[in-house]
Amino acid sequence: MQVYRWTLTMALSIIHRATGIALYFGTLLLVWWLVAAASGPAAYAHVQAFAGSIIGRLIVFGYTWALMHHMLSGIRHFVWDLGYGFKANEREALTWGALIGGIALTVLIWIIAYANGGGR
Amino acid sequence: MSASDTPKRSLRTPLGRVRNLGAAHSGTSDFWRQRITGVAMTLLMIPALVIIVMLLGRNQVYAAQTLSSIPVAVILLLFIFASAWHMKIGMQVVIEDYVHNEKLKLVSIMLNNFFSVAVALASTYAILKLSSGV
Repeated sequence: MQVYRWTLTMALSIIHRATGIALYFGTLLLVWWLVAAASGPAAYAHVQAFAGSIIGRLIVFGYTWALMHHMLSGIRHFVWDLGYGFKANEREALTWGALIGGIALTVLIWIIAYANGGGR
Repeated sequence: MSASDTPKRSLRTPLGRVRNLGAAHSGTSDFWRQRITGVAMTLLMIPALVIIVMLLGRNQVYAAQTLSSIPVAVILLLFIFASAWHMKIGMQVVIEDYVHNEKLKLVSIMLNNFFSVAVALASTYAILKLSSGV
């Protein structure tokens, strides 16, 4: 591996996998939330207390970014699957798009979430 | 070129030879399903996010009421089904790439299947329970 010059697309390929693995284990949060909602007010309060804590918010923020990044990076793969975007400049543009777009969408979602009362 | 690369005399057709091969021993079906579920989740992403944002900071009674409405339940069920399938395939690819010990690989793939099915079933059960109102 060391003989290759490290490129942006290579780094993003690793990040795509890493975010995928994070999302995999992060589904436990989704399960916990849904099961708690089905269990009753006490169980639901536990989820809300965790999600509202600093650690909880950091995890959910990280999860939001992982989800948005993985989705955009995945769309990039769809473009490649369809046979487009293989020129050097196109490759770079798609990769930067996924990187910047993932961060931008994450911030946007959190602004909307807070505006909608997520800070309660 | 190793000896195994030289074509052997056989009655099997080229298609017959590649069937059931590939790293996953399942040809390209997982590749295709990975794309279907990926597209499905991309399409469902906005409605799924709207549902979650709507429920932020609300109490359990409100959440239970919202989650039990038919469109919300169906969107989440589709999203969960696609997610579980997508993540099962994705993790299997990662395992096949990095775990080279055959026994450990098989155990990991088995655990991956258990985990993905458990995630899908627990979420589905919760949504159906909310929808049936018991």
